[in-house]
Amino acid sequence: MLYSVFMLALRSVQRNMLRSFLTILGIVIGVSAVITMVTLGNGATQAIEMQITSLGTNLLLVSPGQRQPGGGGGGGGGVPQFTEADADAIQSQIGGVAAVAPQGRASVTVVANGRNWATSVTGSSNEWFETGNWKLSRGRIFDADEQRAGAAVCIIGETVRREIYGGTAGQTGLGEQLRVKQFSCDVIGILASKGQGGMGDQDDTVVVPLHTLQRRVTGTRKVSTLAVSMAQGSDSTPLKASLRQLLRERRKLAEGDDDNFNIFDTQQLVETLSSTMGVLTTLLGAVAAVSLLVGGIGIMNIMLVSVTERTREIGLRLAVGALENEVLLQFLIEAVVLSALGGLVGIAIATGASYGLSGLMGVPYTFDASINLLALVFSAFIGVVFGYFPARRAARMDPIEALRHE
Amino acid sequence: MSEPLIQLRGVTKRYGAGAAELMALKGIDLDIHAGEFIAIMGPSGSGKSTAMNILGCLDTPSAGQYLFKGAHVESLSRDQRARLRRRFLGFVFQGFNLLARTSAQENVELPLLYRGDSASARREAATRALKSVGLGGWEHHTPAELSGGQQQRVAIARAIVTEPAVVLADEPTGNLDTQRSHEIMGLLLALNRDHGITVLMVTHEPDMAAYARRMVHFVDGLIAKDVANPHPVTAAPADVAPAETV
Repeated sequence: MLYSVFMLALRSVQRNMLRSFLTILGIVIGVSAVITMVTLGNGATQAIEMQITSLGTNLLLVSPGQRQPGGGGGGGGGVPQFTEADADAIQSQIGGVAAVAPQGRASVTVVANGRNWATSVTGSSNEWFETGNWKLSRGRIFDADEQRAGAAVCIIGETVRREIYGGTAGQTGLGEQLRVKQFSCDVIGILASKGQGGMGDQDDTVVVPLHTLQRRVTGTRKVSTLAVSMAQGSDSTPLKASLRQLLRERRKLAEGDDDNFNIFDTQQLVETLSSTMGVLTTLLGAVAAVSLLVGGIGIMNIMLVSVTERTREIGLRLAVGALENEVLLQFLIEAVVLSALGGLVGIAIATGASYGLSGLMGVPYTFDASINLLALVFSAFIGVVFGYFPARRAARMDPIEALRHE
Repeated sequence: MSEPLIQLRGVTKRYGAGAAELMALKGIDLDIHAGEFIAIMGPSGSGKSTAMNILGCLDTPSAGQYLFKGAHVESLSRDQRARLRRRFLGFVFQGFNLLARTSAQENVELPLLYRGDSASARREAATRALKSVGLGGWEHHTPAELSGGQQQRVAIARAIVTEPAVVLADEPTGNLDTQRSHEIMGLLLALNRDHGITVLMVTHEPDMAAYARRMVHFVDGLIAKDVANPHPVTAAPADVAPAETV
């Protein structure tokens, strides 16, 4: 019986193709909006997490200056800068530290091969590759002599390589000469690409030994940032506390003085941003869910019209012996079939839309089965809720009145 | 004489209340035996439609008794009456009442669907019923593709597909021209004669009533006349000449 009623409902949907389509349009839009929003939201969260992780995991960035919202470097005017000695002190005196990379940075225009390119030059030690999660696609890192002497050697990011030397990824540039500001350096390595993202193009850089930067570019012995990577599994809270204590001592701050440096914890940032994105995604999903509700009301509307329009048919069904529940079930199933169909079409559209949009927005696309399933179940549920009232109205009709209906 | 198939005892039907109260039936007694062919006649407002609705278990009497095969059915619930209808009764309406955009086959299968028959049993029974009304080969036509006479034949096939005890026809020829009317009457006559189905037919047309063997006249909520037809028509003249009346 249930099967027959189900087939009846399907036939009825099929007989009114255009109207069925218009009926489910609301549900289609609602479902696809919810799924697209949630999928894109999740993708954006993932993208942000990936980018922060690519900065380096378990990374503390220490920079001089007063506390600034959002963290980040940049030395304030009268605030003392860090030196290489600070890096050595952290490395030797604080437990749980895996690597400390003192780094300086300057904006430069690099010239070679008849082209020039505005980029930044980073000076640091070999620890920089560890704290920053950098790999080389070709070539080698600095050797001890080059670091001590501040030799004219450099390792270039993928963007710089592409802009200056062209050609396929990683295949050119190595062994060439690159003019950075007033000096020329040998390109001894190419960084493996980290890709483009919301944090800026990390591949747009040239890396030189710290001494090279200090002597040939900035002309000071200062270090702008200390990148401290923590050993796997070490707890960042006590480590940050002892790091702060050490730096306060080294910078001779009296008790009660404010810190004149910032410690920026990437892990913390990941957590904060992720939870913010989670809230935003939920909010977007909720707004989209309102359109699902509107879609449900649309179904109720059309089902009511359909019941009125089919009064004679209902009368006939009752006359030939349909029970009240059978008529109720028929119309209810019709509503559920319609809304579930809307859900399916919505899922199909959402899959296409979120795939396309995530490509446009540069966030990864992941198919989230649970949100799709939830949307489908919810749309069927909407069919039950909004289909019940019209179906009950059909089932309670007086067959004589219904048959007489014009 | 055997026990009547249908017995009405003092059946009344009241609509509305107070000043607007209307007595559609003022206490009627009626016995109908299995195998009868009865024409129910009377002016509009005489109560014949109300009586048909009660006989067809679509409505319940306000007072009085209705015995169907000796069982009281006057106080059955909606669903109980629906079960009784699907088992024993077949309906033919003036306006055919076929489902639009639905094949003749599916229209005829409809009552079987609610009886819970299997798909193959439904198909077989519907094909047989359509053949018996002379529409073999028209199974897949929708009502829009059929003439009025053919549509009413489909409706008759739908009424008899459950092999009912009684077929109730409410002005079955009201929407048809004379020739088609006689064809339909010929069919009802055959059902009654060859299959022993009791036929109750409401009609305005004396020509159609002439097929019945008994005529019940309603006037003002009462049965005014209940007479046997001494010379019922026994064959449809449509076979002889179109548009010719008896």
